[in-house]
Amino acid sequence: MVRFENVGLRYDMGPEVLRDLSFQIWPQSFQFLTGPSGAGKTSLLRMLFLALKPTRGLITILGKDVSTLKRADLPLIRRRIGVVFQDFRLLDHLTTYENVALPLRVRGKEEAEYRRDVVDLIKWVGLGERLNAPPLVLSGGEKQRAAIARALIDRPDILLADEPTGNVDPPLARRILRLFLELNRSGTAVVIATHDVGLMDQVEARRLVLADGRVTIYD
Amino acid sequence: MIEVVVSRAQRLSERLLERATGLIQRRIEARQTPIVPPANVAGRALMTVLGIMTFLASLTFGAVTLVSDTAAQWQSQISREITIQVRPAEGVDMAAALQKVQDLVLATPGVESASVLDDAATGRLLEPWLGEGLDLNELPVPRLVIIAINEASPPDFSMLKANLEAAVPQASLDDHRAWVSRLVAMAHATVAIGLAILSLVLTATVLTVIFATRGAMAGNRHIVEVLHFVGAQSSFIAGEFQHHFLRLGLIGACTGGVGALLLFAAIGDWTASNQATPEADQISALFGSFAIGWTGYAGVFVLVATVAGLTALTSRLTVTRQLAAIDMISPVEG
Repeated sequence: MVRFENVGLRYDMGPEVLRDLSFQIWPQSFQFLTGPSGAGKTSLLRMLFLALKPTRGLITILGKDVSTLKRADLPLIRRRIGVVFQDFRLLDHLTTYENVALPLRVRGKEEAEYRRDVVDLIKWVGLGERLNAPPLVLSGGEKQRAAIARALIDRPDILLADEPTGNVDPPLARRILRLFLELNRSGTAVVIATHDVGLMDQVEARRLVLADGRVTIYD
Repeated sequence: MIEVVVSRAQRLSERLLERATGLIQRRIEARQTPIVPPANVAGRALMTVLGIMTFLASLTFGAVTLVSDTAAQWQSQISREITIQVRPAEGVDMAAALQKVQDLVLATPGVESASVLDDAATGRLLEPWLGEGLDLNELPVPRLVIIAINEASPPDFSMLKANLEAAVPQASLDDHRAWVSRLVAMAHATVAIGLAILSLVLTATVLTVIFATRGAMAGNRHIVEVLHFVGAQSSFIAGEFQHHFLRLGLIGACTGGVGALLLFAAIGDWTASNQATPEADQISALFGSFAIGWTGYAGVFVLVATVAGLTALTSRLTVTRQLAAIDMISPVEG
């Protein structure tokens, strides 16, 4: 599904922040991406959701070599990748329902086609009572779940989550983790970038540990 | 029987109510919040700036149109008329000389009418200098023949002048050419200055529209990014912003354009209703009826369309540039 071969990344003329990354992410797999702050987790995630090009090496995502992708192809591939941002990136002028439905709306789908699915998913993440609330009145945990629901609404092949439990208390973090596990069981590959060891200890899962710009994999 | 009718009526009204409720529900569901927020501080500020700039540009355009039309009017009014002056001389019968000049002129092709300025009118002309009760027979006063010419095919002035001097040596032709050329030069200079000011105002408008739109767009960058990362096509994102900013541009520009037209109409009305007063007479003397005409209206319409179109286009280009900046940036090239 995702393949990195000797991938390196540097900004401007500085030193390489990521070096010789070689790993694969398999369909329906579940893994944590971890490492100390500044290790390059967010840069790696940005390469995974096609927001950043590597300076060397080969990245294949969903069977496509990203170095040969045309700009017009990127949205079609991104639609198969769900992303949960650390800062949620919900649109404040839209309701929870509209934020979650946004990926379907931008694909030109009619609301009648997706309304039931969106409402069901919002209920599944536990926000059934906050359907029409704007993000400004949601708590951190609620925003996080709304962002997760938005990433999942179009059944992506792979879900990337950047510090999804960074802004929530431990009970809610466990609940969010259960959501990801349930999603993984339904067939979506999941990559969670976190430095929360307590969270990782709750699940027996593969770990990609970034340190000094290199990745070490613990299966 | 009555019960059956009543029960049918009830069922029908229930069905109608159900259908109406369903329609209303569907309409409510169909009304989604626009992806680009319809109103915010930056949007309102942009509309105000667009309104002010369109108002100023429309005023400048209207003023240039007015000056240009008025200059053409002056030129045409003066060149429509020429005068012949007959100077008094020893032994010359002034009445006979004037009659001779009038006959000669009327026989010239391109002349529409020729009238001798009568004693009373000549007296009125000289009244400020010589006072009332003037007897023109006692004074050697030159007399005038006013000639209206056909503007489309004017007479041959040099031939007319030669014929005139041969027939009545005391007559001299004044075709106002010196005045006309001065007025034409002044009118052209005025219009050229007006056009220069208009081009400056238009340049300022274009730059203001571009920078104000880009300023308003800066606050929407997070929306562009979110849409981008949820898989929206660039054309969809650009279209959403273009539509939103076209609407803002149209509202702002229409407000400014209509404001300028209303101001012209109000001044025109004021001059029309105060025609006897010296102030209005002065304005009428300078600008005629103070109407900007179809050229003015068409110009304001083009200005409004240009400002709105430019706003939409700038927003589209800004989105495209923002997308290019966040799309697969190479950390080296970026």
